[in-house]
Amino acid sequence: MLNKQDVLDVAKLANLDLTGEEVEKYTAQLSDVLEMFKEIDDIDLTQVEETSQITGLSNVKRDDQVMCVKQSTCCTTDELLKNVPDRDGNLIIVPKVLEGK
Amino acid sequence: MNFNEFSISQISNMLENGEMSSVDVCKAVFRRIDNVEPKIQAFITVIKDDALKSAKESDDRRKAGKSFGRLDGVPIAIKDLLCTKGIETTAASNILKGFVPPYDATVVKKLKEAGVIIIGKTNLDAFAHGSSTENSDFKITHNPWDVKRVPGGSSGGSAAAVAADMCLGAIGTDTGGSIRHPASLCGVVGLKPTYGRVSRYGVISMASSLDVIGPIAKTTKDAALILEIIAGKDVLDSTTLDEPVKEYSKLLDKEIKGLRVGVPKEYFAEGIDSDVKDAIYNAIEKLKEMGAIIVEMSLPSLDYALAVYYILQPAEVSSNLLRYDGIRYGHSILNAKSKNEDLSLEDVYRRSRGQGFGAEAKRRIMLGTYVLSAGYFDAYYRRAMKLRTKVKEDFENAFDLSAGGVDVVITPVSPTPAFKIGEKSDNPVQMYLGDIFTVPINPAGVPAISVPVGFVEREGIELPVGAQIIGPMLGEQIILNVSHQLEKALNLNKKPQL
Repeated sequence: MLNKQDVLDVAKLANLDLTGEEVEKYTAQLSDVLEMFKEIDDIDLTQVEETSQITGLSNVKRDDQVMCVKQSTCCTTDELLKNVPDRDGNLIIVPKVLEGK
Repeated sequence: MNFNEFSISQISNMLENGEMSSVDVCKAVFRRIDNVEPKIQAFITVIKDDALKSAKESDDRRKAGKSFGRLDGVPIAIKDLLCTKGIETTAASNILKGFVPPYDATVVKKLKEAGVIIIGKTNLDAFAHGSSTENSDFKITHNPWDVKRVPGGSSGGSAAAVAADMCLGAIGTDTGGSIRHPASLCGVVGLKPTYGRVSRYGVISMASSLDVIGPIAKTTKDAALILEIIAGKDVLDSTTLDEPVKEYSKLLDKEIKGLRVGVPKEYFAEGIDSDVKDAIYNAIEKLKEMGAIIVEMSLPSLDYALAVYYILQPAEVSSNLLRYDGIRYGHSILNAKSKNEDLSLEDVYRRSRGQGFGAEAKRRIMLGTYVLSAGYFDAYYRRAMKLRTKVKEDFENAFDLSAGGVDVVITPVSPTPAFKIGEKSDNPVQMYLGDIFTVPINPAGVPAISVPVGFVEREGIELPVGAQIIGPMLGEQIILNVSHQLEKALNLNKKPQL
């Protein structure tokens, strides 16, 4: 069972502003969903390995070089930056993260 | 003639024989969209002018004897989760409203290279989170069979557009059933390929260890034709498999005599509408008449697969959605700030995300962050990763022919037909339970197809029911073959009345 403080803590970790109403709603709903997970509590998994990649591929590498496979899947720097909310030339502007001068 | 009502393989032959042009087909599609879209609301963006221009180019190519192949000139719709260069791509979310991708997803690129005409971007549950398309931040898509009901989800716009003849075929994505579920509820064919069979480059990620892209179509053959185009290795998606792509559409006519078809008892237990169950049993009976060997079997992983899925999937969602932070693209409070306002970087992150994400995206981000957080990681996430191994082994054993296994497994897709709009929207657990038969497939990585097998009546209206045919890793040709044979034997041939 989650309480309101748990939900506020998780929201902080997730970088998510929630309204008071949302906090109330998620406290109840997330508790319900976690209840659903109880069914896996009693299964013995001590001898079982974890699976993260289902087809077993690992360390797929390619040369570290700029490439354009096909025109439509590529773009220029300017095109890439077109969706940036606040920019100066090829720089993305963000609020300052260090205090002082 | 209403060319929009034909299948891709029919239209492909007609184009080849010069019976009409791609422009004619596209015009028929747009006429249909004009007529029924106000009722169905399947599209976020309709791409009329560019599509007609591309259709004209296709016709010119064909006249010059330079056709790009069987799908050249065929109008197809794309789920608005795939990036399309120069065309707004939203994931049906406010946080990506106005986002115009600078490049095409590999699947989109491959379709264009095959001459396919992209006619629009279809609605979905925002970020593909849902089974009803009600979680779209923009609009609710209606089921063409009964507009009071949901089309299923999350690829509900794609499935509804195909069912309502607003396109000849569509692309969907499937993380826990998002192709198969709406295909079943809308009475069309939906294929979830093997994990890694189709490139996800340029597709907005949901849960990267589960996500696949696949076709939604009017017939199994059409689904096979689309898969042939979009499957294959891609250096831009390192999870794609370096395995040859078969000519799936030419492998459909094999007899299924002697084929071993598994019926797992867990998938026919309680909680399924009895007439839905009957429709699946009827399909099993048809397979038997065609000479298939029906094998009663067990897939015990169903008991915990839903929990595995609803732990792993939100965990990966919470990580993938972190990129929407108001800095590089999408909704940002930086757009609205006044010059003097003193905002911290955290303010930008938290408030842009708080405003831009809808209720279900927030719910999954919260759930995922919780199961990954210190103190709960071992209890939830690590246990789910281990249980995933058991789900995988369960399916490996099922398809192990040397140990009495089967060639394919048949189950229901959804325990009920399409439900009413609003019926489950405030109860996430009820909504998640509707995915019970489709979610085990994604952690296992195997391919599965939803094919229409019958109808059930609700309040005097007939609603379609789909069966799920599951195959072993890279066994697309086997499930497509069974699906095609079943389709021929059942010969349903019904269309929604709109």
